Formats: sequence, structure tokens, C-alpha cells
Amino acid sequence: MQVLISTLSQGLIWTILTLGVFITFRILNFADMTVEGSLTFGGSLCAALMLRGVNPFLSLLIAGVLASLAGLVTGILNTKFKIQAILAGILTMIALYSVNLRIMGKANLSLLGKSTIFSAINNILPALNSNFVLKTFIIGLVICIISVVSLNLFFKTQIGLAVRATGDNEQMMRALGGNTDFKKILALMISSFFCGLAGALIAQSQGYADVNMGTGSIVIALASIVIGEAFLNFIKLKNKILSSLICMILGSIMYRIIIFIVLNLGMNPSDLKLFTACITAVLLGMPKLKKFKLKLGGNKNA
Amino acid sequence: MLRLNNIYKKFNKNMADEKIIFENFSLHIKKGEFVVIIGGNGAGKSTLMNLISGSILPDKGEIFIDSQNVTNLHEYQRAKFIGRVFQDPLKGSAPNLTIEENLSLALLRDKKRSFSFGINKNNREFFRQELKKLELGIEDRLESKMGVLSGGQRQAVTLLMACLVKPKILLLDEHTAALDPKSSVKILELTEKIISEHHITALMITHNLDNARKFGSRIIMIENGGIKLDTLDKEINFDDLIKRLNITVNKI
Ligand SMILES: Nc1ncnc2c1ncn2[C@@H]1O[C@H](COP(=O)(O)OP(=O)(O)OP(=O)(O)O)[C@@H](O)[C@H]1O
Ligand SMILES: [Mg+2]
Repeated sequence: MQVLISTLSQGLIWTILTLGVFITFRILNFADMTVEGSLTFGGSLCAALMLRGVNPFLSLLIAGVLASLAGLVTGILNTKFKIQAILAGILTMIALYSVNLRIMGKANLSLLGKSTIFSAINNILPALNSNFVLKTFIIGLVICIISVVSLNLFFKTQIGLAVRATGDNEQMMRALGGNTDFKKILALMISSFFCGLAGALIAQSQGYADVNMGTGSIVIALASIVIGEAFLNFIKLKNKILSSLICMILGSIMYRIIIFIVLNLGMNPSDLKLFTACITAVLLGMPKLKKFKLKLGGNKNA
Repeated sequence: MLRLNNIYKKFNKNMADEKIIFENFSLHIKKGEFVVIIGGNGAGKSTLMNLISGSILPDKGEIFIDSQNVTNLHEYQRAKFIGRVFQDPLKGSAPNLTIEENLSLALLRDKKRSFSFGINKNNREFFRQELKKLELGIEDRLESKMGVLSGGQRQAVTLLMACLVKPKILLLDEHTAALDPKSSVKILELTEKIISEHHITALMITHNLDNARKFGSRIIMIENGGIKLDTLDKEINFDDLIKRLNITVNKI
């Protein structure tokens, strides 16, 4: 039971990252590699702030807000300097590696003995005092729900719709009077905010921040996105954006469950990244593979 | 109304394949005119529209809309004055957004976007009324994705979107070329209806000379970076003209 809840909690916390990556890769159609840097940026900022005695909730928020600046940089590199999306993100990501080392002063910061948002909940729900796993679950769930609801509302506003249209048909958006550069930068900043927030949450839940904590996170998020999209076959709300956002939660949780299962089946943890990359590649390629199969079948009949 | 003064435009400047499209090109369009632009492939018709809309900038020269100098305005800033329908029906709308979401974006073409909701009861009813005028039954499909509509339906909605906020100038770049003959006629009739109802100044590119005669109040032929013909005469005999000027126009 504890193990199950722990797996779910992991999924909930990493959902925040999935949401961030969903905004760039799916809504904006922008292959943003900033993620790995901004996740660590959020984590190291949060840890550094907490070690200086800043309240854990405030640290979380500040980390997210400052992380959004990473998106601002990528956005300016792309829209003003006209650097390709992928390269712009990589440049920011690499630069952040040094920045993160500066912030922490060393390769990692331990939060041992510091009160975190997970321990702070004891004051509100004393019954949970010793049950760390359940606390993580509850906090993760609350943050996920707040994030999904606010993103859903945002994408229905005039500006939010313009952001979605920029990702869907940029030329049209400009012809309809939309400053698409601004919309891109805005979306990248929101995405980086969520990635930084995720990093801060991860740091607090695992008790330390590490300069390499972001490595491979983009693939984890992409895996969660494609797994989540498979749930779209079952979640068919009238509100399409809300359906997608909910599927991002399900995808992130499902990814953790899959990892939990393969580890229990005896997979070497060091092979996890290879495994994640493979399922992501297969799931991303699925529509093409299906078409290929149809073609083969069609040829046989002809 | 619309004035282009001494426009110069080259592509691939200072390269082996440098191409001069416009040289000292000037054009003045009066309010309420329906100008049809004809000319061979590669004559520069689409380039002219791109210059007007601001999606490309001239090397030299000035563009005025209603005495406002717009030469240095970005495309999205000029959009306040300009409605546009492209040749490709896919270009004019966002396929993954719903029909009403697309319309709500068009409704704000000349306004600043805010954090209030894009769609509310009032504008939804307005969209339904406007769609009804298209007589395509789309008014009951407000919440369908734009991408599921046929090319003709999509082009009709795009036309509606371009005029939802009355533009000072409507730019139509072969906007029926990708449609089958029946849809093409339907969209052209719709175009004329909207233009005459709202007294919109319009520029339309076409390769169809019959349509040029039928719809245009003024016909302009572009060739080799200049205006070869500019006439208000609707009875003009193109065949003669084409032979005389020794140019090629694709006749459909
Ligand atoms: N962005 C560009 N870069 C380089 N050359 C271009 C560019 N856009 C257009 N051209 C060239 O400019 C010339 C005019 O193109 P344009 O699209 O304006 O022609 P058009 O009159 O619209 O022709 P069509 O009837 O085929 O649509 C063509 O030779 C084209 O190859
Ligand atoms: Mg053209």
C-alpha cells in the first residue's frame, strides 16, 4: 500500500514537469530543451533559499517565478535572435548548468533537517504526522489540481487562445493581429515556471538538490505526455484542453507505475533511461507505424 | 485609401539569382473599390499583397492606409486595418481550435487581447448568427474543430473571419483556386455579398478573367515589376490585349 501511494505521489509531483513540457511541445509546437536546465534551476534555487532560512512555500514560489526567466531567455533567443527552437533551448540549458553550480556553490545541497512543505502539513493535519508518503501524495494532488485548473482557465482567455493559435497556425495568428513573438515568449515562460516549480518540489520531496537532477527529465516528460495522450481515448470531455491536461496527470502517474513494475521485474535501474527513451520513441512513432502496417496490409490485398 | 509610393522590392539581393519584382511601383486604391489583380505566374501579385499586409517589407518606398504611414508597422500591427484570405484554405484558420475559438480570435483582430474569457454567451450568439449567413449549416457546429471542415467550408469561415471586424482593406489571394468549381462559385458569390453589404475596399487576385470582369470594379494587370494595364472598363477584350502585349495569362 505504502509503495503504491509512493508511486502515485511521484507521478503527481512529476506531473508539474509534464504540464510544463506539454505547454511547449504540444500547445506551442516548440521543441523546448530548456526544461532540463530550468528544472535544476528551480531545484537549486529552492534549496539555496531554504538553507538561508526562507519559508519552504515561499521558496517554492520564488523558484518557479525565477525559473520562468529561463523561458524568457530561450524565447528571446528564438524570436529576436532568430535561433532555431531546439538550439535556443539547448543554449539556455547549458548556460543554466553553470548558473546552478553558482547558486548552490557545489554539486548538491542537502535539505536534511530542514522543514519542507511536506513537513509543514503536520500543523494542518496532525494525524499525518509520521506518514511521509501520504503527505507527499496529498500535497502533490493539491498542487496538480491547482495547476490543471489554472492552466485550463488560462487557455480559455483571449490571450490563452492566442497562445494556442500561435502554436497551431502562426501565420493566421499574425494576420489576425497577434504579436506571435510575445505569445511564444509568454508560453515559454509559463512552461519554465512549471518546470522550475517541479524541480523545487522534487528537491523538497527527495531532500536535496543536485546539479544533475534534470538530466533525462525531458524524456520522462515526453514519455508521460505520450502515455497520457493514450488516455484521451477514454477521457472525452467537451472541454478538450481540460481533457488533455487531466491526461497529463494520468500519463505521469502511469509512467511511474510502469517504471515501478519493470524495476520489480528485475530491470537494472541504470537501464531506465534507455527504457524510457525506447517507449517514448515507440509511442511517438505509433501513428506512423500503424499507417505502415495498413499500407503493407493494403498491398497484400491489392 | 491605400497608397503605395515608389516601391522597390528585390529578392535574393546581391546574389547570383537576384530577382527584381517591383521597381518604382506606385498604386493608389480608392475607398470602396473592388480591384482585381491579374498577371502571369511569378509576376509579383502575391508579393504585392505581402507588401501591403506587412508580411514582407519593401526595400524602398512607402505604404499608406488612410493617410497613416504603415511602412514600418509589423504585420500584426497592420492587421488592425487588413483582412486576409489565402489561397490555401489551411492557412487561414487554426485546425485544432474549435470554430467558435477561431471566430473569437478574429473578433479581436483590431483590439488588445486580455485575460477575460475568449468566448461568452453574447459573442457565441453573434457567431451563430454570422455563420448562419453562410448557409452551410456550420452554425450548429460551433464546438467542432476547424480541421474537420471541408476546404470550401473552411474558406467560407476564413472569409467570415477576415470580415468579422470590418477591415479597411480585404486581401484575397486566389482564395478560390483550391476549391472545386461549385464551391468556388459559392465562395465568390459570398465574397461579393459580404463586400457589397459592408462596403469593403478589396483587392482580389485571380487567374480567371471572367471572374475578373464579373466582380472587379477596376482591373489591374501586373507584369515585369510594373502595371501593364489599369482599367475601369468591364467590357475589355482580354484576348486582344494579351496578344498585343505578348504576355501569358493562365485562362481557366
Ligand atoms: N520569399 C521569396 N524569396 C525569393 N523569391 C521569392 C519570394 N517570394 C516570391 N519570390 C519570387 O518572386 C516572384 C513573384 O512571386 P509571386 O508569388 O508574387 O508571384 P505571383 O504573381 O503571385 O504568381 P502566381 O500567379 O504563381 O501566384 C517569383 O519569381 C517568386 O519566385
Ligand atoms: Mg501568387
